[in-house]
Amino acid sequence: MALSGVEIFKLLPKTNCKKCGFPTCLAFAMKLAQRQASLDACPDVSDEAKQVLGEASAPPVRPITFGSGDKAVKMGEETVLFRHDKKFVNPCAFAIEIKDSLSEEEITARVEAVLNSEIDRVGQKLRVDAIALTNISNDAGKFEAAGKIIASKAPDVPVIICTGDAQAGEAALKLFAGKNPVLYGANASNAEAMAAVAKEHKAILGVAGNSPEELTDLTEKIKSLGVEDMVIDSGAKTAKEMIEHNTLIRRAAVKKNFKPLGYPIINLVQRDDSLFESLLATVGVTKYASILVLSSVEKWKNLALFTLRQNIYTDPQVPMQVEQKIYSIGEPQPESPLFITTNFSLTYFIVSGEIENSKVASRLAVMDCEGLSVLTAWAAGKFTASKIAQFITESGIDKDVANKELIIPGYVAILSGAIEEKLPGWKITVGPREANALPAFLKTR
Amino acid sequence: MAFTPPKETYSGTVYPLTIGTGDKAVTIGGENVLSFHSFEGQTPFKPVIAYEIQDVPPSDWPESVRKPYDSVSDDPVKWAQFCQDTLKAKALALRLVGTHPDRENRSPEEAAKTVSDILSAVDIPLIILGSNHVEKDAPVLVAASEAAKDKNCVIGKAQEANYKTIAAAAMANNHKLIAMSELDINLSKQLNILLTQMGFEKERLITDPMCSALGYGLEYTYSVMERIRLAALTQNDVTMQPPMLGDVGMYVWKVKESQAPESDLPEWGATEERGIAWEAQTGASLLIAGSELLIMRHPRAVEAVEKLIEELT
Ligand code: B12
Ligand code: SF4
Repeated sequence: MALSGVEIFKLLPKTNCKKCGFPTCLAFAMKLAQRQASLDACPDVSDEAKQVLGEASAPPVRPITFGSGDKAVKMGEETVLFRHDKKFVNPCAFAIEIKDSLSEEEITARVEAVLNSEIDRVGQKLRVDAIALTNISNDAGKFEAAGKIIASKAPDVPVIICTGDAQAGEAALKLFAGKNPVLYGANASNAEAMAAVAKEHKAILGVAGNSPEELTDLTEKIKSLGVEDMVIDSGAKTAKEMIEHNTLIRRAAVKKNFKPLGYPIINLVQRDDSLFESLLATVGVTKYASILVLSSVEKWKNLALFTLRQNIYTDPQVPMQVEQKIYSIGEPQPESPLFITTNFSLTYFIVSGEIENSKVASRLAVMDCEGLSVLTAWAAGKFTASKIAQFITESGIDKDVANKELIIPGYVAILSGAIEEKLPGWKITVGPREANALPAFLKTR
Repeated sequence: MAFTPPKETYSGTVYPLTIGTGDKAVTIGGENVLSFHSFEGQTPFKPVIAYEIQDVPPSDWPESVRKPYDSVSDDPVKWAQFCQDTLKAKALALRLVGTHPDRENRSPEEAAKTVSDILSAVDIPLIILGSNHVEKDAPVLVAASEAAKDKNCVIGKAQEANYKTIAAAAMANNHKLIAMSELDINLSKQLNILLTQMGFEKERLITDPMCSALGYGLEYTYSVMERIRLAALTQNDVTMQPPMLGDVGMYVWKVKESQAPESDLPEWGATEERGIAWEAQTGASLLIAGSELLIMRHPRAVEAVEKLIEELT
């Protein structure tokens, strides 16, 4: 439970010695309650108070690293319910189910689909993050064999070992030693055995209850058995249950600092209908899931889900932006065309991508407009004739180009006269409105 | 430690709003909780998806979404009947794009005729949209409102620059009205206030905070919707309590991801599936953010989102 200022005050030395930098112990307690001070600042606090307060002041959703190396996924650390309050911190991971009942070829094909799932979007490399190996066969031997294929073909991909059989789980976990795998499937009937195995092999334990209430009992019990890192599944299967359970869990964690549910959420959303599955995943991405287990990796579905996750997890205060400078595309010569646009990442990547498609070496002048798109920046007075003229003049680009011609976005055609006035000696050409018309535009020049 | 579900109670309620007449009328809104939070309050009505149709053939729609309507889209009446009878649409959204001066530049009278023809051919609720040309929309929507008098349609969109004429026509002919502003909670609130000050009942409004497609500003629409809904519920702000619209199809079917051929971009996968998923995910996200009325184009995207609504309620 979150402690109030007064509750914290009761645990402090109450000497008002000011060593913490606050006039009174009470003032310090109030700051602690608002998470604006750290307990370390008081040198005289008792060990008992440290333990109680330390628990209460830990992040509301436990930070956990799943997997290891470059492909490790960070989870937890969330502090809010709504993205407009503060950036959502750690984007949810997408895991693909691989059933141990599949043939070796099928397993290999799916592993390869995961390895090849990486897509570049707006400068970020996005991919299917993890593999969830499920023990559909109920046969420990098959499970281990499938695990071996995954461990050898995709040694860097984080893995979720899904089984309720602690022994089968242990055999599979050994294949991923030192790689922070998840062992998923602890429940009321096997909690002790699963906790022992997770502890022994330093795995994150995936705990599955039938409701948030049951989960609470389970995580408390498992924690008392010495396992700290858990991911939790409330048993939500339908979209309605996902919204209800995930919301209650996130609220309990961030508003009440309720520790038994302060863990990253895992939702199993596999459905036969791939399009519908992507909508359940939409519910999970928007509503607080940290791991979503999917059944398939069609490329169209990946692209849509990766994009959604990127949108929901961007910082609401700061649009994604690129550095202001003149970018070379290909190897521009003095007579190569010069374009101008704004520094909103999405705008930059779309425009530079289309110029690349056209295979015409070019220069792209990217102007700092605080990460706004062309029209937004224009409407906000940041992409104006005088600012463009100043940027071009100060860049010194006139020394590198043979003909002083600047191509502007079609949507701001209205600016061309004013820019020409402010940039004597330059010719301003209005380009197409949409970037996808750039290859054709360049061809006809 | 026992778990007590941290439920919220809110002080505000979204207005329930009925569109259409007779058996086929639908009601949206009415909830006193965030979207699909039926575990802590009332969610009396389900969100509704309207199929988008046009007064002119959809030559500017990408092939994947044009195809399902190939045999009917040369005639708005046939197109409307197809949506109602074959696709089992719960509502229709007629966009009068043909009135745009840069398009066919059809007259307000022609637009009014299309509206009357459709209304005599179908009985599901009708949303009537202009071509988003601020000046031209005023006379077009006035004529359309009159042609649809007493049919309890939705007229849209009234914007800051043209709301007076359009709102007056919607009021005089007993319609509901979409008030659209551009991705800004304060602008949206202000427009609703202006409308109510001129006598338009706030219970007859639908707020359109402006849509954006997945990958192209969706997060802005998403957060503006969440903030509007929180203001309505937690602060009981009556100017923020109309149901919200997500005009999804128009935004989705112009972005590159909904149409680029797979042969150009093999890493993006099948074109048609991708476009459908793009539309369905944009719509689903906005439902979660708070909208209760969506306008969409592809039958498979509508079907998937309707199935999601069933599962969420
Ligand atoms: C998201 C958004 C916002 C976000 C900002 C997002 C951002 N980082 O820019 C927010 C909510 C902050 C915002 C605010 C405003 N917005 Co705004 N916004 C949008 C929206 C929905 C999408 C913009 C976007 O991301 N586009 C995608 C990028 C990639 O587009 P782009 O940069 O234009 O690039 C394309 C082309 O221009 C071209 N291109 C780009 N560079 C180049 C270069 C060359 C050489 C060529 C040839 C082509 C080319 O290629 C790209 C792809 O085809 C648009 C509406 C829309 N759907 O377009 C409105 C829109 C741009 N906004 C608008 C307005 C008015 C505003 C505000 C002034 C008003 C307000 N509501 O408060 C504020 C101003 C901001 C401020 N700080 O004061 C208007 C502008 C109208 C106009 N013509 O003036 C628009 C068009 C909405 C509308 N229909 O009225 N907005
Ligand atoms: S340092 Fe500790 S004991 Fe001293 S005033 Fe601050 S809280 Fe109180």
